[in-house]
Amino acid sequence: MAIDWGPRASAGWIKPAIFVLCLVPFARLVVGAFMRTLGANPIEAITHSTGTWTLSFLLITLGVTPLRKLAGWNWLLRLRRMLGLYAFFYAVLHFLTYIWLDQFFDFAAIVKDVIKRPFITVGFTSFLLLLPLAATSTAAMVKRLGAKNWLALHRLVYAVAVGGVVHYWWLVKKDITQPAIYAAVLVVLLGLRLLFRARERAVAAMSGNPARSRAV
Amino acid sequence: MLIKRATDIQPSEITDRGVYLQRRAFIRAAGLAVLSASAAGALYTNRSARAGEKVFAGVSKSPFSTTEEPTSYKDATNYNNYYEFGTDKDSPARYAGKLKIKPWTLMVEGEVKKPRIWAIEDLLKTMALQERIYRMRCVEGWSMVIPWVGFALGDLIRQAEPTGKAKFVEFVSVYQSDNMPGLRLPVLSYPYIEGLRLDEAMHPLSILAVGMYGEVLPKQNGAPIRLVVPWKYGFKGGKSIVRIRFVERMPQTAWMKASPSEYGFYSNVNPAVDHPRWSQAKERRIGEFMKRKTLMFNGYADQVAGLYAGMDLKKNF
Ligand code: HEM
Repeated sequence: MAIDWGPRASAGWIKPAIFVLCLVPFARLVVGAFMRTLGANPIEAITHSTGTWTLSFLLITLGVTPLRKLAGWNWLLRLRRMLGLYAFFYAVLHFLTYIWLDQFFDFAAIVKDVIKRPFITVGFTSFLLLLPLAATSTAAMVKRLGAKNWLALHRLVYAVAVGGVVHYWWLVKKDITQPAIYAAVLVVLLGLRLLFRARERAVAAMSGNPARSRAV
Repeated sequence: MLIKRATDIQPSEITDRGVYLQRRAFIRAAGLAVLSASAAGALYTNRSARAGEKVFAGVSKSPFSTTEEPTSYKDATNYNNYYEFGTDKDSPARYAGKLKIKPWTLMVEGEVKKPRIWAIEDLLKTMALQERIYRMRCVEGWSMVIPWVGFALGDLIRQAEPTGKAKFVEFVSVYQSDNMPGLRLPVLSYPYIEGLRLDEAMHPLSILAVGMYGEVLPKQNGAPIRLVVPWKYGFKGGKSIVRIRFVERMPQTAWMKASPSEYGFYSNVNPAVDHPRWSQAKERRIGEFMKRKTLMFNGYADQVAGLYAGMDLKKNF
């Protein structure tokens, strides 16, 4: 039988499959650490991998809505929370790597770093902004906040993503190719949102109907 | 290849404590000398795979060498910055194989009485080779200990007889557009240029290295000849040098041109002067878990601090 890509797919195999897939970068780090295959500077490798995956999951999460609208796959929406939480998961690992493996709980040095190094300041701010999003990710919290407030709060994810790209841009020594790629993807994703919004507004104006769903 | 012939085994391996203990453990456990040899081989597969590489003869020891444990050969040859081959740490090991190093000439020119184009073989015949085990501190916050084989840069300079106008020395690295994929990246201007003040270049710690770990220099480490100035950040050590020019004015180095606010001409290792974007107070020695404190002039202050007497090192970073 053909694979079910239809509306029921996410309820079936897609979600658990993606759940496992999202753990692959983490598993590779764990295996690499034990097998000592992370190269000459394993702590740097872990910092880079977790940082890259934090940013990637942020962008993947931001890609859900545009892809859903373009492809008409509404079931994608049911993956969004999981993907967002994976961004948070890798951010926590990234942050722990910094606090623990990189600075080894030297809090004086950490505070100095956060204040003095613009790239750390921006990364740290982005991480702080992720905390309320992760904390309000449950259905109960959505209900408690009310959908409107919840949506307003979760717009913070744009700031986090922009912060993540700026963080990356500022930390590279000279070759900005990688951060530039992430920046380009972010610009496209945010641009698509503006486009959708403009179109919705136009449609609403034509039908004389106030735009009801601004949900993004 | 697992089992090494006796001729492949170098003094550094024989005295290596890790191998020694490994060997003892195996002897005790299995009582088989053959097993112990293969254990040593497994630890040094990277070296035995290249057995037959030229090894230098008549290399003397130097009092300038540190007694610290050298970084593993594998790390020292797979974790490199050599942007002409790409900006990832593993790019040089991956792509440097294409670099053409035969024949190689080194041009010595500019404000000298005896300019000369050296064939590298001729140069090596006239220079006394030494092993120099030096700390190497990268501006990115990591460090290694590398047993270089080379000769004092001062020896070459004295042969060339600088004129009274020679105040600085400029080092130009090779530019092979067909063999260096990193040249296309809009990162640095090439050829890579580095420079020293004449007295820094004459300092007995400054060497031109042609080997490491007792063998010829691997291409990713700057074959066939590179500059090593152990009290400065690693990028000051130009790799694969083709031209040494004596000049009156301070050279504009590749990194100065790329980012003058971040990379100065001197670039002495200095824990008190941070890079604008990151701290230089500590470093991670490759192979170690905890960071260690970075030392002034990378631990060579006793020998070189006098070069900078009266200078504001925050301004002259
Ligand atoms: C949402 C938050 C964050 C995102 C998206 C993020 C993303 C990234 C990315 C993409 C990299 C570069 C990886 C590479 O070079 O391959 C990186 C590196 C790094 N990040 Fe973050 N990061 C975040 C938060 C933080 C925080 C909170 C800290 C520490 C307080 C931090 C410290 C670092 C450090 C030290 C590096 C390595 C810098 C270097 O190689 O010199 N990041 N991060």
